[in-house]
Amino acid sequence: MSNQEVLLQVKDLEITFKVGNRNFVAVKDANFDIYKGETFALVGESGSGKTTIGRAIVRINPTSKGDIIYQGQKINGKISKELDKWVIKNIQMIFQDPAASLNERATIDYIISEGIQNFKLYKDEADRKQKVLDALKSVGLLEEHASRYPHEFSGGQRQRIGIARAMIMEPKLLVADEPISALDVSIRAQVLNLLDEFKKNKGLTIMFVAHDLSVVRFFSDRIAVINKGRIVELAKTEELFNNPLHPYTKSLLSAVPQPDPKIEKNKNLIVYDESIHDYSEDKPFWSEIKEGHFIWANNKELIEYKKIIDK
Amino acid sequence: MENKIILSAKNIIVKFKVRNRVLTAIRNVSLDLYEKETLAIVGESGSGKSVFTKTFTGMLETNGEVTNGEIIFEGKNLLENKKDKDWEKIRGKKIATVFQDPMTSLNPVKTIGSQISEVIIKHQGKSKEEAKELAIELMEKVGIQNAAVRFNEYPFMYSGGMRQRIVIAITLACKPEILICDEPTTALDVTIQAQIIDLIKNLQKEYGFTTIYITHDLGVVANVADKVAVMYAGQIIEQGTVEEVFYNPKHPYTWGLLSSLPQLGEKGKKLYAISGTPPSLFEEIKGDAFAPRNPYAMQIDYEEEPPMFKVSETHYAKTWLLDERAPFVEPPVEIRQLHERLSKMPSVKGETNE
Repeated sequence: MSNQEVLLQVKDLEITFKVGNRNFVAVKDANFDIYKGETFALVGESGSGKTTIGRAIVRINPTSKGDIIYQGQKINGKISKELDKWVIKNIQMIFQDPAASLNERATIDYIISEGIQNFKLYKDEADRKQKVLDALKSVGLLEEHASRYPHEFSGGQRQRIGIARAMIMEPKLLVADEPISALDVSIRAQVLNLLDEFKKNKGLTIMFVAHDLSVVRFFSDRIAVINKGRIVELAKTEELFNNPLHPYTKSLLSAVPQPDPKIEKNKNLIVYDESIHDYSEDKPFWSEIKEGHFIWANNKELIEYKKIIDK
Repeated sequence: MENKIILSAKNIIVKFKVRNRVLTAIRNVSLDLYEKETLAIVGESGSGKSVFTKTFTGMLETNGEVTNGEIIFEGKNLLENKKDKDWEKIRGKKIATVFQDPMTSLNPVKTIGSQISEVIIKHQGKSKEEAKELAIELMEKVGIQNAAVRFNEYPFMYSGGMRQRIVIAITLACKPEILICDEPTTALDVTIQAQIIDLIKNLQKEYGFTTIYITHDLGVVANVADKVAVMYAGQIIEQGTVEEVFYNPKHPYTWGLLSSLPQLGEKGKKLYAISGTPPSLFEEIKGDAFAPRNPYAMQIDYEEEPPMFKVSETHYAKTWLLDERAPFVEPPVEIRQLHERLSKMPSVKGETNE
């Protein structure tokens, strides 16, 4: 993996929110790279900070420490207007709730072309119309849909509109924040296939934020697991499923229900108990235990994890 | 299963008036529920799974009406209950429901303890002190630590999973015969979901109630269910034991649901996807409602509604493919290899006792 081109780098990232007059650290010591053309999944439960990181990358959430580096340029914190524009063009986001993320009072044509309007990314009106049409077609919608309003569409179609709105900017990186969790089972596959097509045909890089490990297994190249603002483990998809090391990763894996009665009826639930880590003296750190497999652990735990890996 | 039937719904039709139009949400559904079993009703949004079970407790929205059928429970037709007063003898007391969102089922300005005690006082006729004691006992049963202290706390001081535990405690206070769990874990995290599912299972063993589980998550179904009913466009289109429905499904919609699961996908290959969207229930549906999305549809699917074909004593499916005149169609490869594919997943296998 090391010879692959790094598109985005997150280094020692910390994100803090002010709650009243207290500071709440939502994300701490986040470190990862996203390679060009891959699907990188960030998996965690609600409140883990996964969405917060995604939103920090598209500059919605300010960061309090560390760097986000996109194609060699630092893009977090104070940046110039030109750079900001460049980031918006390059990195787009799609959201979990396709109903809440579309302007109810705007036509689909307006919603999809808002981005290229703001940045004047078209020659003339005919070109703009053509771009909207192409975007609609690319997500499997029809020309006639352009003049309609969001409420006239089903959840799956609305998510397609959200994808069209992002893709019309021809981004290099797409941050997909739980894009299928609000959708019905039969519609989920359609949206996943669509995203995969963009990845294959347009070389799109995807950061997939999700809570469901079983979905990301099929869909992503590498997975980072985040718990309470801290990334605890990162590895290639197959490696993570074959050799889950961190107890939180294991508990998450055991909790995901599998659509197979024989497996489910014999399942042992692993409950993660934070108190098993004794970090009073031997402090934990982020390290690469095996090529491409990173873990948050202290020295004592690392020795144990190594034993498991060498087996 | 030699258990006896505890509730039997026959030929239920439910219609809603929506802005001068009539929507037929449930289209002639019959179902037998057996004592102490767990029945999972699976379906997508709008398939009618919630509406159907709401008829058991008379909780349809005011613009909805059961226009046909009967629901036999304890020798009486529940649909003869017209007034809320009649329903109060059933609802909560005999048939209780746990809803999806634990925040909206709890009163935010009353303490957790008073909300549980209230139910005990009303339904079991206990005094305030006795009720408090029982409430704390119930809170401990559903896994609330330090129950005596948390008795005096308010819902906002509880996490989502803890709130759902309280909702379960409240429903248990009336000792219901049937517990309807309407997407009880959909709003919760996976690790919490697994704990709540385990809790409901253990309580079922202890209290001996019958459970109806409404969900769209086939993983949850595989975990909890003895029997499964699959709903599509207001009808049950397949039902059977959980093994029959997962390992030997007969209806093309069930095939579609199972094979579109990302768990069964293979990297680099397209995930199987059911094309199109469900039909509008405002229109009258001719033939098999799934026909336009069914790659195996035959001429007759567009013309005539299929009957429930019997596959085994417990297994039924509503598809013309089971007619003796139909050509033989093999289910998709994902379905035939379901167990093999899933048990190949190392970490999954690692966590089971198999």
